[in-house]
Amino acid sequence: MAGTKDVSTIAAIRYGYGLSPDQPAPVNAQALLDQLDAPDTAATLWPLSGTDFMRQQMRDMQGARKAKRAGDETGQKRIKAVRKRLNNQVLIGLRAQLARASLSPQGFRERLQFFWCDHFTVTSKSGVTATAPDAFAQEAIRPHLATTFAQMLRAAVTHPAMLLYLDQTRSIGPQSAYAKKRENVGLNENLGREVLELHTLGVDAPYTQEDVRQFAKLLTGLGFNAGKGFVFHPNWAQPGAELVLGQRYGGETPANISDIYAALDDIALHPATAHHLAHKLAVHFVADQPDPDLVDHIASAYLAHQSDLRATYAAMLEHPAAWAPLGGKARQPWDFMAASLRAIAPPAGLIADLDQKKTRSWIIAPLRAMGQPYQKPLGPNGWAEEASAWITPQGLATRISWAMRIAALYDRHLPDPRDFVQSALGAAASPTLIQAAARAESKSEGIGLILASADFNRR
Amino acid sequence: MTQKPARPLSRRLFLRSASLIGCSAAAWPLLSPVTFASAPGDARLVVIILRGAMDGLDVVRPIGDPDYATYRHASLTNGKTDPALNDFYALHPAMADLMPLWKAGELGFAHAVATPYRDKRSHFDGQDILEAGTGLDVPQPQVRDGWLNRMLQAMPDLQSDTAYAVGRDEMKVIEGSAPSMSWAPKTQLRLSDQSQRLLERIYEDDPLFHAASQEAIEISARLEAEKEAQATGMARPAIKGQAAQLAGFAASRLREDTQIATFSIGGWDTHRNQRNVLAGRLGDLSGAILALKSGLGRDWGKTTVLAMTEFGRTARENGTGGTDHGTGGALIMAGGAIRGGQVYGHWPDLADHALFEQRDLMPTADVRAYAAWAMRGMFGFEKGLLESTVFPSLDMGDDPKIIS
Repeated sequence: MAGTKDVSTIAAIRYGYGLSPDQPAPVNAQALLDQLDAPDTAATLWPLSGTDFMRQQMRDMQGARKAKRAGDETGQKRIKAVRKRLNNQVLIGLRAQLARASLSPQGFRERLQFFWCDHFTVTSKSGVTATAPDAFAQEAIRPHLATTFAQMLRAAVTHPAMLLYLDQTRSIGPQSAYAKKRENVGLNENLGREVLELHTLGVDAPYTQEDVRQFAKLLTGLGFNAGKGFVFHPNWAQPGAELVLGQRYGGETPANISDIYAALDDIALHPATAHHLAHKLAVHFVADQPDPDLVDHIASAYLAHQSDLRATYAAMLEHPAAWAPLGGKARQPWDFMAASLRAIAPPAGLIADLDQKKTRSWIIAPLRAMGQPYQKPLGPNGWAEEASAWITPQGLATRISWAMRIAALYDRHLPDPRDFVQSALGAAASPTLIQAAARAESKSEGIGLILASADFNRR
Repeated sequence: MTQKPARPLSRRLFLRSASLIGCSAAAWPLLSPVTFASAPGDARLVVIILRGAMDGLDVVRPIGDPDYATYRHASLTNGKTDPALNDFYALHPAMADLMPLWKAGELGFAHAVATPYRDKRSHFDGQDILEAGTGLDVPQPQVRDGWLNRMLQAMPDLQSDTAYAVGRDEMKVIEGSAPSMSWAPKTQLRLSDQSQRLLERIYEDDPLFHAASQEAIEISARLEAEKEAQATGMARPAIKGQAAQLAGFAASRLREDTQIATFSIGGWDTHRNQRNVLAGRLGDLSGAILALKSGLGRDWGKTTVLAMTEFGRTARENGTGGTDHGTGGALIMAGGAIRGGQVYGHWPDLADHALFEQRDLMPTADVRAYAAWAMRGMFGFEKGLLESTVFPSLDMGDDPKIIS
């Protein structure tokens, strides 16, 4: 890994999906921030499906199942049709996300979306909600990349995908009007705990099991169903006020969602949240072991600007540690794949038009084998950050194998590896790699070597 | 061979003091390797990490405790009390396939166990503590290796393939300075000679990439050679299910020179719809144990399997047909080397006042003590080593005699 100090190369690789032979790299920090102010053309070019689509499939599936139970012969056929539509839409979404990452001139925006979607991890727990992560990315995260964290937090915590993922949709106040009339309903702590532990304060912050319990009670009332979408049920809410981190929230009848918002707003501005988010940003973008001064600097800006995210990123990007030589991180498999495609720059339609079979064999299966199954992290803490979690024998073997056969995806003539090493890595290519690339036995092996190199897989 | 570069166990727990980052494991005297005299023989140890907090109370059901039925309703348990393990405990029906092992003394449990982790009930810190094998009294930044690795550090004649991490999940329990291998079934690496030479050259200056690629090349070559050697023999039946595949691959290594293998099974976080979700996971786990048994063949007799989780779940059901994060739970043991057919441990009672924080099953033993006694029984490690180095400041207590 060459210890380049070239700002433009660092901006493209550390804060975007790398270099492209077709697009200029961002020239400096300001150019990265400017991306967030420009129109979001990638979202228009490569759209994702939203909650409306998901609800439609849920309703269609309910209808089809009902028909099948009633003995209607078309029921099974309709169930199959919904499943097919869902599978298809997941692949469309995957190709859209990959096209955005590998083709958009606003790489920083795309990386930020990945970062925040990982911070607020959601996965789908049933086939019929398979597109929930796309809806979440599109509706809860993308509009808030440069608003405030407080706004993003509200949007994320109340989004149907999150309510479903962390089991909030059936969590009911044990003394609520609804619970009094029924058996076997009550509280579920899952969302309450993870909001405090993962999304805001961080596990080392001074909150207790009782705070978790109280916060979970405060969150009762949040709900979602296929017919109405997001709903707030005052009669599900636990009566009385809740004490979270020493602050009282709620207590009026009927319960009001504004109390939940008030708590989220306060928690968003807690110093522990500022530090937790600053540390995560620094770890994700800059180094597995970030400079503590960088973290403090980001956290201070976050608090001084009431969780304004653009100002928070600006603070990160103005710190000298943000421009230290590359190599502090390993690209995660998604990042590696998008950056590879970006470097190869296939014709614009190729990624978005990849057929189902190729989408599975070129993208889905290798991502899984590299350790990052698409939209399926193991738990709500999302993906690991440390290089050693990814650069394992089995993970690296899969990266090498994928890189060595990627040339087959080209439908135009292959570049000379001696040129490709420059266009893919610029100032970040080491002399050793430049030399080795020239010695490969074929163009495709040369390209494979470059993409498999530590220079390319670190950032 | 891994010889992974020194790396911190990097979740927040292990990072409280940045100033200590960069010092090696050996700098912490308690955790330094100690040579050991007695020969470890050819025992086999498999450690399965169950990520997400398995509900021990639903797996090994204390049906003899009068409070159990008031906490756990038929909607969760189906009201089933079989298969019965003894007068007090019943096994979750999704593990019924393992009853022949129980009857043969090759399946056992320890109940009301936990790591020293308490209070915050975070999966991720809980798993870090479980895999680090430490108590809360050990300064966390100094712990940069897992307890299986510290055991390896004390093994005489340690070879590069003595221990294997299987699958694609990070296995902190085996990471550290002692070498171990890491691979996932179905991974392939075929390179031209020239590409291999060039890759070796370009990875030379990066220890992480160098180590990972060398190991990948070595393992692929070995598997390829084994495959060719077996090509004339009988074809093995294909194994279904991801967990069983991991187990099948682990067994194939343990049939060779490997003595220690570890992998993980996720999906135990049953906040909702526990009846179905847990049954699915237990089916996976049973399949994995059976795949180990069949894959190990004669070597099953000298094998111990320990399946451990970060903590248990609430004694009472929550409001959504599931359970929330708890404390005490169960340890699952299997293999021909164990004295199975028993549920070990001291039952703490489920009455409200007997619960931990009036909420969770009260732990009455440290789950590490069982792992330590298993290591002592299998490999002959001295108690002092286990209580200071492998599991720092653990009190192993009396020998439960889980190894036959």
